[in-house]
Amino acid sequence: MRGFRFLQKETNASENLFFRMNQPSNTMSTEVKIAEAPPGYEGQGFFATKLEQVIGLARANSIWPLPFATSCCGIEFMATMASNYDLARFGSERMSFSPRQADLLIVAGTIAKKMGPILKQVYLQMAEPRWVLSMGACASSGGIFDTYSVLQGIDKVIPVDVYIPGCPPRPEQVIDGILKIQELVKHESLRRRNSPQYKALLTSYGIE
Amino acid sequence: MSAITNEFLLEKLKGEFGDQILAEELPYGMLSIIIEPSAIVNMLKWLYEDKILKFRFLTDICGNHYPDLKDKELVVIYHVQSMENNLRLRIKAFLPVSNPEIPSATSVYASANWMERETYDYYGILFKGHPNLKRILNVDEMDYFPMRREYPLEDATRTDKEDQYFGR
Repeated sequence: MRGFRFLQKETNASENLFFRMNQPSNTMSTEVKIAEAPPGYEGQGFFATKLEQVIGLARANSIWPLPFATSCCGIEFMATMASNYDLARFGSERMSFSPRQADLLIVAGTIAKKMGPILKQVYLQMAEPRWVLSMGACASSGGIFDTYSVLQGIDKVIPVDVYIPGCPPRPEQVIDGILKIQELVKHESLRRRNSPQYKALLTSYGIE
Repeated sequence: MSAITNEFLLEKLKGEFGDQILAEELPYGMLSIIIEPSAIVNMLKWLYEDKILKFRFLTDICGNHYPDLKDKELVVIYHVQSMENNLRLRIKAFLPVSNPEIPSATSVYASANWMERETYDYYGILFKGHPNLKRILNVDEMDYFPMRREYPLEDATRTDKEDQYFGR
């Protein structure tokens, strides 16, 4: 189907990274992969499918991340964004440094208890639909900082969609986490954010 | 100018404060004295204003907790330095945990403000006369003093640690 042209170069991250790092630049792959169209009915001059799947496809391939980076995981995330690993290949070209226009909150690093309310405020400032990626051991569980000053995992204050283990995780792992988020985004029902289950989830975190 | 020695400093201190100096020691060549808590402000002021000594820099104020020392459980430690004489002095004042009160040094050193807040934050030592004695580093809702040796090292809200992996 020609109608859906989302640039998604080299989806198979690890394989192509290996290729990139071991080849001189003039032999680099220039293949452009086009995202697959959702299943539907196709005929002369028309294509019919579910709106939900089209929107899912569009959202998944244009996620605007908001990096909430506090420590070493933040450095690793910067490497993921930069040219070697190039997060832009997956449609996350634009980092949103304002929560208002962000789709994905990437929490990378240790969150002190004093930072907890600020993190929650940033989450609240994001518009629906929003997703949260918890990057690294500290954000996921408190990591090695099992102590009075550190929040023992950001899921104590905000709901989390995907956790990435590692201390810090390698950029490949971060890319894998983003791809998992993409899968969630792609297959999310348009009604999910209005469902009583989702409301109950937010209520359990004290959000309206 | 001849260098000022620890012996000279101690002699001068004893001449001024006498009984209020309870003990002295010289760990690693740095004079360390234990004093009556009530004498602290006068002593810091005197050290600051003395024409020869000129202790005009407050390096740090910190605390410590010795749960086994009866009625001397908490200690406040002041580090002062005389830049001009290249001399340092450590002053310790022991306090009972039941009534951990000591006069604030903010009237002598403005820099004591945050240091005393930190010492209050971690040890619950009350500095009388401090203009704004509240927590500085920890969350305001915290209801204990975390560096006192009364609390478990691990955070109570931790959920992912299974005892069997830690031999418990």
